[in-house]
Amino acid sequence: MELGPIWISLRLASVTVVVLMLLGTPLAWWLAFTHSRSRAVIEALVALPLVLPPTVLGFYLLILLGPAGSIGSFWVEITGTTLTFSFTGLVIASVIYSFPFAVQPLQTAFEGIGRAPLEAAATLGATPLDTFLRVASPLALRGYLSAIVLGFAHTLGEFGVVLMVGGNIPGVTKVISIAIYEQVETLSYAQAHYLSAGLLTFSFVVLLGVYVINRRIPINRF
Amino acid sequence: MATLSLHIDLRLDDFVLSVTENLQLEDVTVLFGPSGAGKTTLLRIIAGLESRAVGRIALNDAIWQDREPRQFIPPHLRSLGYVFQDGRLFPHLSVEKNLRFAERRATRSDALTLTEVTTALDLTPLLQRNPTSLSAGEQQRVAIGRALLRNPALMLMDEPLSALDAKRKAEIIPYIARLPQEFGIPVLYVTHNVEEVTRLATRVILLAQGQIAAYGDAIEVLERIDLEPLAGHLETGAVLEGRATAHLNGMTTLSVAGQDLRIPGTSVAPGNILRLRVQARDVALATQPLQGLSIRNILRARILSIDLVEEIFAEVLLDVGGQHLRARITREAVDDLQLAIGQEVYALIKSVAIDRDLLT
Repeated sequence: MELGPIWISLRLASVTVVVLMLLGTPLAWWLAFTHSRSRAVIEALVALPLVLPPTVLGFYLLILLGPAGSIGSFWVEITGTTLTFSFTGLVIASVIYSFPFAVQPLQTAFEGIGRAPLEAAATLGATPLDTFLRVASPLALRGYLSAIVLGFAHTLGEFGVVLMVGGNIPGVTKVISIAIYEQVETLSYAQAHYLSAGLLTFSFVVLLGVYVINRRIPINRF
Repeated sequence: MATLSLHIDLRLDDFVLSVTENLQLEDVTVLFGPSGAGKTTLLRIIAGLESRAVGRIALNDAIWQDREPRQFIPPHLRSLGYVFQDGRLFPHLSVEKNLRFAERRATRSDALTLTEVTTALDLTPLLQRNPTSLSAGEQQRVAIGRALLRNPALMLMDEPLSALDAKRKAEIIPYIARLPQEFGIPVLYVTHNVEEVTRLATRVILLAQGQIAAYGDAIEVLERIDLEPLAGHLETGAVLEGRATAHLNGMTTLSVAGQDLRIPGTSVAPGNILRLRVQARDVALATQPLQGLSIRNILRARILSIDLVEEIFAEVLLDVGGQHLRARITREAVDDLQLAIGQEVYALIKSVAIDRDLLT
């Protein structure tokens, strides 16, 4: 059995989740607490990948990240390599594609916390960062768990965007879903079964875990 | 004594708050007024939680906010403690960890210890508990302890007792009353409850429609009849102070300016001073000593002034050996009895509210 696609998929999902948390946390925080009128616009933009066909997203990303695109040409200039059909390009595409799955649980968690505990922490002398780390983050733990698992699983399961942006380069951009597609095309059903059943089981177990843990984690724990 | 200097304006669509005053903070200063007067907003502005307000705020030498040059010290850098109406304990931390959270971030090096605070507020049995398992009263006691452990130069309290029933309230009030003396921290206390005002206040700020309507010594502000329409819940009346002299048959005898006043129950020890609030409508007047009355409390008094209020009433201000008492009677009665300023009368007191146990 080919292990390459599994390894690439896991690596892609892990890197994507890390980037998602780093970018998603401040954006979710802003969305949860801002009074700005542009909030609705940003929320709609973040949610776009939920409704767009992956091919539409992949198409524009291909143009944007390609050597002729604004981001792609800049990337070529500073690194000498192209973004499309590379692992980095896949990460960028995956982050955009999975963004709502990370931002929305975090935003909901932050909104659920509200300003009250944050104000209390401030009047007790906690700096904003201190408040975030010691009060907001622990209270948003469920939101983080959902965001991490959903972001990870959703990235594992993507197909259209990856195919458009990353293509099918063994050892570089060939992820599980694409390997399955290729095996079915070449009528290697046994191989396709291994990967498909594996992905199915993995996804189910992960989602089951999230729902079970979400019920079990009490808000109060010390 | 700490001075809190305020010169602030907040203009919102439907509300304007404008306060300019130098507050001398001694013991407990109560910020009093009807709902919607802006009490909580003012407290939040002082704490730096309402950044839309413009102007100047300074506690002694520390400038917290200023207009020129523009300056805004964020809440976590202001030396204050804040007790919210709803406690706001951190639900993910135990009671002890909630307290440690504040202790670790204390503003002064001569910080109070956790032991001192837990002892003073009787929190020791609660330390390992989960805040959500505490009663509302216990939560507020922990919240007060947590704010104290920050060791602030000023304690702000926003209706900390409003969620509690009368019994719980009575349990916590003595703790709050003791704070300024015991820990040397002045308190600015928001309430719309007149009982809390008279029990706790050394000075009172009456806030109405975003403006200070009156500021001064608690007894003086509480006696002013012109404030009644502004204060909403505040029935006109006066505050008497008396020293407990004896208990008999479940009643306590108080000596008020050399005259005896008998009040029900109370566990006050002889020698202690009680503060009583007597509402004007609970006082009747007689020109001669009366016999055969169920009313036991009759004080000799002298009329200081007679003010006509509303359509048919008159409010009579009385002097009882240097203390004041108010009686609300009809204008007809004033005419029939031919009451005049300087006249000696007998004040019949139907009931009293015990407001403050002033420890001596």
